[in-house]
Amino acid sequence: MTKDIFNFLKPKNELEGHEEKPENKPYIPDELWVKCPVCKNVMLSSDLEDNYKVCLKCGYHFRIPARQRIEMTVDEGTFEEFDKDMMSANIIDFPEYTRKLKNAKINSGENESVITGLCSIGGQKTVIAVMNSQFMMGSMGTVTGEKITKAFEYATQNRLPVVIFTVSGGARMQEGILSLMQMAKTSGAVKLHSDKGLLYITVLTDPTTGGVTASFAMEGDIIISEPHALIGFAGPRVIEQTIRQKLPKDFQSAEFLLEKGFVDAVVERKNMKDTLAKLLKLHSESEVVDIECL
Amino acid sequence: MSAYDCVMAARANDRPTAIDYITRIFGDSFFELHGDRRFADDKAVIGGIAELNGKPVTVIALEKGRNLKERMDRNFGSAHPEGYRKALRLMKQAEKFKRPVICFVDTSGAYCGIGAEERGQGQAIAENLMEMMALKTPILSIFIGEGGSGGALALAVADEVWMLENAIYSVISPEGCASILWKDASRTAEASECLKLTSQDLFKMGVIERIIREPKDVDSKLFDSLKNLIAQTFDKKAEIEPEKLVEMRYNRFRKF
Repeated sequence: MTKDIFNFLKPKNELEGHEEKPENKPYIPDELWVKCPVCKNVMLSSDLEDNYKVCLKCGYHFRIPARQRIEMTVDEGTFEEFDKDMMSANIIDFPEYTRKLKNAKINSGENESVITGLCSIGGQKTVIAVMNSQFMMGSMGTVTGEKITKAFEYATQNRLPVVIFTVSGGARMQEGILSLMQMAKTSGAVKLHSDKGLLYITVLTDPTTGGVTASFAMEGDIIISEPHALIGFAGPRVIEQTIRQKLPKDFQSAEFLLEKGFVDAVVERKNMKDTLAKLLKLHSESEVVDIECL
Repeated sequence: MSAYDCVMAARANDRPTAIDYITRIFGDSFFELHGDRRFADDKAVIGGIAELNGKPVTVIALEKGRNLKERMDRNFGSAHPEGYRKALRLMKQAEKFKRPVICFVDTSGAYCGIGAEERGQGQAIAENLMEMMALKTPILSIFIGEGGSGGALALAVADEVWMLENAIYSVISPEGCASILWKDASRTAEASECLKLTSQDLFKMGVIERIIREPKDVDSKLFDSLKNLIAQTFDKKAEIEPEKLVEMRYNRFRKF
């Protein structure tokens, strides 16, 4: 539809130099336009990018790749990636899994559903993990769990805070029980980190469900969410099938969880970096030492 | 026996449920404790204190119910957040009074419903995983029937996990797996094989420490031998320093 609307705007004199009259609109290729899936507003993709991929009209937060999230969040040039080459294998010989992994790598350009590393946010050194919805819907396999566990262990050893952006459909069933074990493994690593008095902030993004919600996503000292993100243990369809009735509007939204007491704050994407920087600064260990020195 | 036969056996209506195990192993010594002190008492989770060879233990179990009326009352063994919170309260109590914890697991999964979500099903399970990992007292979990995903794991972050021969333990139900993967719930048997959910499979993967043989007709021998095994295991665990025990538990899960 969008294509039809803009096709007629192509000036006929496109290749004839700059002779177009002022009222002629410039030719814009279709891929430069984006339609909001919620309010159907059509906007220039450059405007959308400039607005942190948040709809200019309704505020819908588009899902963004993990790399872009890191770029938006960390101080420029400070990101050092951990375990970049760690890759999943078809450990229980599950049908189609090898092919799915291959496709996920091609689609996302990444090796797994999470990217971990060291960075600074507002000058505060922190360990960061960002999940990627483009890799098998951010599902948690053995390597996802291993990377997150190693990130926590690094943070514990080096007395650093951890920030995790979650997006996940849950445990990855193609790895059977071993994916379930990742819930216990990551939770253990969070616990060791927490017991050392270190800060862990989770940022829940759309959607965060299943085994990730039931493990490290809900274990943060501070739990933040992006607006309107779907957050739950069971997915809405599963619940509707179980109870045989329609769910109320906004059920399992970030705002719903805020009201029920399960998230600390709903923060817009454009304010996320500043919010994280502020919270990290409030927990920075050097600050505490400075005060003690006085 | 195929994986699907195991699934059917694990779910069979005439299979002993947690109440049978508690009654036959602990007898009259079991004293039930109710409620999570926050919202309600979840009947899908039974908890209490009992005596095992003269020593106190905390018992926590997922109970499916033994007939239709009981099953409805127990929500078919699918716990709400308050069930997991009751379990955690009793585990913390066990830690305080330095007695070991035995969990009997039998559930198709944590309940999926409006109330469960409103009260934080994910958060309740997550908290159990985290706190059980650091609980300074021995924990033993025995899967007696179905071990459905996170709802089972929330009572199974233990020093040892045992399974009855025909019990199952899986990240997703075979029906759920078949319908997501092939959009065809009738391919349940195939999904059961793929998921590697039998006690044999899980033992090979190092997910469980012990398989408990099931006699053809469940008789007192099963319960007697189980009782002795549990007692012996707790005696051995009691010799380990609590800090060391917690470290070993972390490493048990760290290897996956």
